[in-house]
Amino acid sequence: MPKRLSIYLMAGPETPALAEAAVAGGADLLEIGFPFSDPLADGPVIRLAGERALARGMRTRACLECLAEVRARVAVPLIPMTYASLLEAWGYARFWADARAAGATSLIVADLPVEAAPELPRVQLVAPTSSDERIALAAERTDGWLYLVSLTGTTGARASLSSQLSGLVERVRALTEVPVLAGFGIATPEQAAEAAALADGVVVGSKAVEISSERGADGLRDYVASLRGAVDSVAASAPA
Amino acid sequence: MTITRTELAEGFYGAYGGRFVPETLVPALDELARGWDEIREDPAFHAELEHLQRTYVGRPTPLYRTERLADGKRIYLKREDLCHTGAHKINNAVGQALVARRLAKHRIVAETGAGQHGVAAATVCARFGLECVVYMGSEDMRRQRPNVERMGLLGAEVRPVEFGTKTLKEATSEAIRDWITNVETTHYLIGSCVGPHPYPALVHELQAVIGREAREQILAAEERLPDAVVACVGGGSNAIGLFAGFLDDHDVRLVGVEAAGAASLGSGRPGVLHGARSSLLADEDGQIADAHSISAGLDYPGVGPEHAFLRDSGRAEYLSATDEEALAAFHLVAEREGILAALEPSHAVARALDLDADLVLVGLSGRGDKDLASVLEHA
Repeated sequence: MPKRLSIYLMAGPETPALAEAAVAGGADLLEIGFPFSDPLADGPVIRLAGERALARGMRTRACLECLAEVRARVAVPLIPMTYASLLEAWGYARFWADARAAGATSLIVADLPVEAAPELPRVQLVAPTSSDERIALAAERTDGWLYLVSLTGTTGARASLSSQLSGLVERVRALTEVPVLAGFGIATPEQAAEAAALADGVVVGSKAVEISSERGADGLRDYVASLRGAVDSVAASAPA
Repeated sequence: MTITRTELAEGFYGAYGGRFVPETLVPALDELARGWDEIREDPAFHAELEHLQRTYVGRPTPLYRTERLADGKRIYLKREDLCHTGAHKINNAVGQALVARRLAKHRIVAETGAGQHGVAAATVCARFGLECVVYMGSEDMRRQRPNVERMGLLGAEVRPVEFGTKTLKEATSEAIRDWITNVETTHYLIGSCVGPHPYPALVHELQAVIGREAREQILAAEERLPDAVVACVGGGSNAIGLFAGFLDDHDVRLVGVEAAGAASLGSGRPGVLHGARSSLLADEDGQIADAHSISAGLDYPGVGPEHAFLRDSGRAEYLSATDEEALAAFHLVAEREGILAALEPSHAVARALDLDADLVLVGLSGRGDKDLASVLEHA
């Protein structure tokens, strides 16, 4: 089974071109950040990218338009990732209807616990602190795959892969057959390979956002290609 | 498709409250809620809390009848400024320190705006031998220098928050991010009746001592209940504590006073901030707006969910006072009563003076030493 690679990009004027580059580099799915003024789950890179995006007018309407432009350029699944305050303001049902109309295949809402709004389709997150009971509920309600929060902390690159990930994968595997993608703190191809050896795929956010702003679409394509190679090397060497 | 919130049965005040946090924190909130449910049933906890309130905090605090403040009406001040550390914040901090000890957390993280909660947190951490990290906006550190020094002397580490508004909103976000990162060892000592369930209820109970005492004291002094109870509202913990004593006395008007530039209840809309749904200063897309107040303790775009509920239900009413009105009240209380009140409760005094009521009880939530620089700047 090939490993999946998800890349997070903050919504903005350059995002359609960046999305195209990420897919050219080998991304299987894209998360599009709808910025929120007070993003509790995010570390400095995504927080600052969100501040910049808001300063450039990336409110919900503009983010939905950005999503539609991305959809016009790429065929992979697209998942807006945001916070509950935007859905409260827009209306939960309306937010999902408008996002889907713009090409979204699911949602991620970082501060909406699994118990809340069960009718809203979304990828659920589980963390090293989650109880087995909560993991089972998240697996039952999640939309396609589970997002494993690899560490107790916020988003952002770390020096090494979290030692908490293997234990979390083991617990989740014992409870569900739903595919699991590991995110938070994964930045280098080495970390991506290490995480992909445990999970069904990886999510890379902060580093992709940083490279997008520093090196543009070409830089992002090369970076994603290096991650692609790393996760594929794991799939190729995995026992049948 | 209708989205209901009924599944989050616990921790809602009508449509407000709940628990809007990253998954990492949900188990910690469950643990806190369970721990709090146990501890609040434990007579030993109440005995220890009562002992600390009496011997360490300085409770009961006096209810003082003003002499020269107003003509034609009787205004009483509930003197939380006379608490140890100079504000009502210590009531909550002492109680939560006992909870943290019960949960075997040896590290405390807190946010502070005016610095009063940070000082209270640093104080109880010194008293209980807990490690203490306080996040404070760099703008507030400038405005409230003496409290920054106090926290340092008490052994706390004050971490400046340099981004966004550089005030309480950002400090709270950073404290929560620290908690997410260190959740196994750390208790988040939130300073107001805000945040995810069970914090609003926990802080309400720990601050309710203000209203319990005030009700007894006013009955003893006047043999009747006041016409109105007035308190300033930032996050709203001193107001909720004072109101708690009078919630069932339906003839007593409950009046919260917000800073005019931070009127989350007066001009806010429903939204989600710092783990709870409440009335917020936010735009139509749910992005949180900046608050503006001369008083760092009221300079917050959110408010406790219970206040939003009390507003909607009509049980409490919420007014506002401008920076200038608060400053004028500050000077009046100083010159007519010999009390340097903090700028936060000066907002409550300002509205109490023009309220159409004869017998008014005002929560004097803290003392004004920390505000001298701000007051002199505007002289």
